[in-house]
Amino acid sequence: MQPQRYWREIPQRYRLEAGRCRRCGKVFMPPRGLCDSCRSTEFETIRLADRGKVHTYTVIRVPPAGFAAQSPYVLAVVELDDGVRLTMQVADCGPDEVRVGLPVRVEFRKINEVGKSGVICYGYKVVPA
Amino acid sequence: MREVAVIGAGMSRWGELWHQDLRDLSCEAVLKALAETKADRVDSIHVGCMTGGLFAGQEHLASVMADCLGFAGVPASRSESACASGGVAFKAAYAEVAAGLCDVALVVGVEKMTDVGGDEATYALGTAADQEYECYNGATFPGLYAMMAVRHMHEFGTTRRQLSQVAVKNHSNGLLNPEAQYHAKITAEEVESSAHVADPLRLLDCSPITDGAAALVLCPLDMAKKLGKKAPVKVLAIGHATDTIALHSRKDVCRLAAVEKAAERAYKAASLKPEDIDLAEVHDCFTIAEIMVTEALGFARRGEGGKLVASGATAIGGKIPVNTSGGLKSKGHPVGATGVAQLVELAVQLRGEAGGRQVKKPSAGLAQNMGGTGGSSIVSILGVA
Amino acid sequence: MVGIIGYGAYIPRNRIKVEEIAKVWGTDAQSYKKGLMLEEKSVPAPDQDTITMSVEAARKAVRRAGIDPADIGALYVGSESHPYAVKPSGTVVAEALGSTPECHTSDFEFACKAGTEAMFVASQLVKAGSVRYAMGVGADTSQGAPGDALEYSAASGAAAYLFGAEKEKVVAELIDTYAYMTDTPDFWRREHMFYPRHGGRFTGEQAYFRHITSAAKGMMAKAKMKPADFDYVVFHQPNGKFPLRAGKMLGFTDKQIGTGWLVNKLGNTYSGASPLGLTAVLDEAGAGDLILVVSFGSGAGSDGFVFRATKRLKSVQGLAEHTRDMLDRNKRYVDYGTYLKYRKMIIMNE
Repeated sequence: MQPQRYWREIPQRYRLEAGRCRRCGKVFMPPRGLCDSCRSTEFETIRLADRGKVHTYTVIRVPPAGFAAQSPYVLAVVELDDGVRLTMQVADCGPDEVRVGLPVRVEFRKINEVGKSGVICYGYKVVPA
Repeated sequence: MREVAVIGAGMSRWGELWHQDLRDLSCEAVLKALAETKADRVDSIHVGCMTGGLFAGQEHLASVMADCLGFAGVPASRSESACASGGVAFKAAYAEVAAGLCDVALVVGVEKMTDVGGDEATYALGTAADQEYECYNGATFPGLYAMMAVRHMHEFGTTRRQLSQVAVKNHSNGLLNPEAQYHAKITAEEVESSAHVADPLRLLDCSPITDGAAALVLCPLDMAKKLGKKAPVKVLAIGHATDTIALHSRKDVCRLAAVEKAAERAYKAASLKPEDIDLAEVHDCFTIAEIMVTEALGFARRGEGGKLVASGATAIGGKIPVNTSGGLKSKGHPVGATGVAQLVELAVQLRGEAGGRQVKKPSAGLAQNMGGTGGSSIVSILGVA
Repeated sequence: MVGIIGYGAYIPRNRIKVEEIAKVWGTDAQSYKKGLMLEEKSVPAPDQDTITMSVEAARKAVRRAGIDPADIGALYVGSESHPYAVKPSGTVVAEALGSTPECHTSDFEFACKAGTEAMFVASQLVKAGSVRYAMGVGADTSQGAPGDALEYSAASGAAAYLFGAEKEKVVAELIDTYAYMTDTPDFWRREHMFYPRHGGRFTGEQAYFRHITSAAKGMMAKAKMKPADFDYVVFHQPNGKFPLRAGKMLGFTDKQIGTGWLVNKLGNTYSGASPLGLTAVLDEAGAGDLILVVSFGSGAGSDGFVFRATKRLKSVQGLAEHTRDMLDRNKRYVDYGTYLKYRKMIIMNE
């Protein structure tokens, strides 16, 4: 991952900043330029809830490049308290501890490192609440 | 719009083919497809390939293919819709022929996947998901489908055993297909004790990494007699749809809306219902995918795809045979070639040439090809002319 | 009135027991348990580092302070395990809090006292009126060479302090500060080296005890106070024994030290050590309580602080998880192999 690509998403990855349609209120994560509900192009920036629950999950046992040290790890679609769903790791959670409906809260974690000399990528994960 | 026929269909050998590259594979499939026709020319070439760049370091496949197939000069273009690239290339060729822009169109789907290592293959396939909001956080394709499986199990009581039954059935069909990558009878117990990949999915729930190509020759139906050697197969309808790129953006993570929409459009255009379909080739990249796709296609009620496979209805000889070729699971899954190869199987079946896996006198077959986690899907229905 | 307006702690969930480490090296676990009063230590998960723990501690501090993070005018992170050799940890922390761009940021390093250095500078900037709010963070994923005595104690954690000068917001008034420093090479890590080295027994009397006791005496003299005046005292805690002994040398009781003494279950969180001890004290202290903090960093020096808890403290204690709860609840023990994997001590292909 080149730093510019990482950098561009920092508001979302560090602060869970989403876009809310000023006309119909629909929330988009990441923010986008056009609302698919009402076609409005006017948005305001909001911060997503930092608590939620596991909507569905898996345990990744064959990890992609850069994730070996964390493997096996729990990956989930988490439904935040404001209704927005995101794919994120459930950190500090063993394969036997996760279930649909598990209450979780967001924590700031290291997501990946680009080799030994590349940029360190941070972002959101959840932990059991 | 002109009616369109498939007059030639062929596949290269599929598997880990260390001696063959993109060009060799394509050439092998195209020569077989052309050999079934009397066509002395090709007016247009449509290539389906997901990512020649990431898998084989080669893009600009329009030129590469026209060149290596001996058709330099002929207009060519490449369609990409991740694992649905082959199906989408077929649609582009169909549209040209139907619109009268050309008469003889060649479709070639190809993927050379074994020139990269495991991490690179995972990365390349991952580009079909949301890079910044799924893969960034550690998602893999088996992982994304596993999350669909967990939710499907949670909501509908789909069982681990039902997932296994998809793999067992498709490997059993693959045994009857000489072109399949794997010829191995497997049991549910073997599926359930194979290596963990992404819970609950195990190695034998996943389609393999495959090198391979598949090709079709299309022409207007009224020219099929002149240009073809065999009984022509007619394109009855094509339905095509998209969905959100990220699984988490969907209201329902165990519902394939793109497949439902594509099927609805195809059924409507063909004036057919699910029960009119005699066999289906569906995108079983993972066992759960076949279960969810059979629901989306209307072969099973919502949530009952697991029960459908368990009932034996989708086996050869059942009410609606699914993946007689062995599916992606056993036949292999060279991603860009898959959608074309599904149609090759339908052509072979509709002509009654499928040997031991032949479905009894089919009149209509359906192919469902899917990109990513269902971010795109294309449903094509072929019938005897 | 200048003082702490918010504080926060972070301790990773994973632990390793002294016995588990001793088993691998064939050493006597009892010598560490009895001799140094160490039982177990925190271990960072592979996705945790000084930056992630700093962000979590800092967010708790902001929550307790109830301020807009955009008003934080200075933010300093003290650590000897900054993830980057060049590129600040503080920029990530400030960005994650939402304190950019009008924020002065720097990373500090002074062995185990980098955290109190950050607090020292942050508090003085507020006192000088340069900024409205300033944050000082101490955090480490401490390194100790495998097989070295430090391996039994080198732990991970973070504590963050927000300073402000608005009387109604202050939860612990900063009464005074003091610094004591000499050039003493008791512990170091050279550029490009993975693990620190130390001077063995030289690190005791000439380094830790001399600086801690001198700084404590200097602090009390400057503030015109004596040991009996304090309700709580926090010393840097490289092991269980040292802070208790320093306390005895100075005339403090174990009771005064006990609340902020976390090391037997936490290990030595280096730059996080005395700041984390102070969070445990603030979780319990009541209005008017006097608190003495003396850090120690090899190289060597000590920072002294005297705080007095205000009435507001009680109302913010419950706004974030207490340090003792993080220490005692929800623990997960790892074996030595997992510990090596988590700490990236296994040679892997890129």
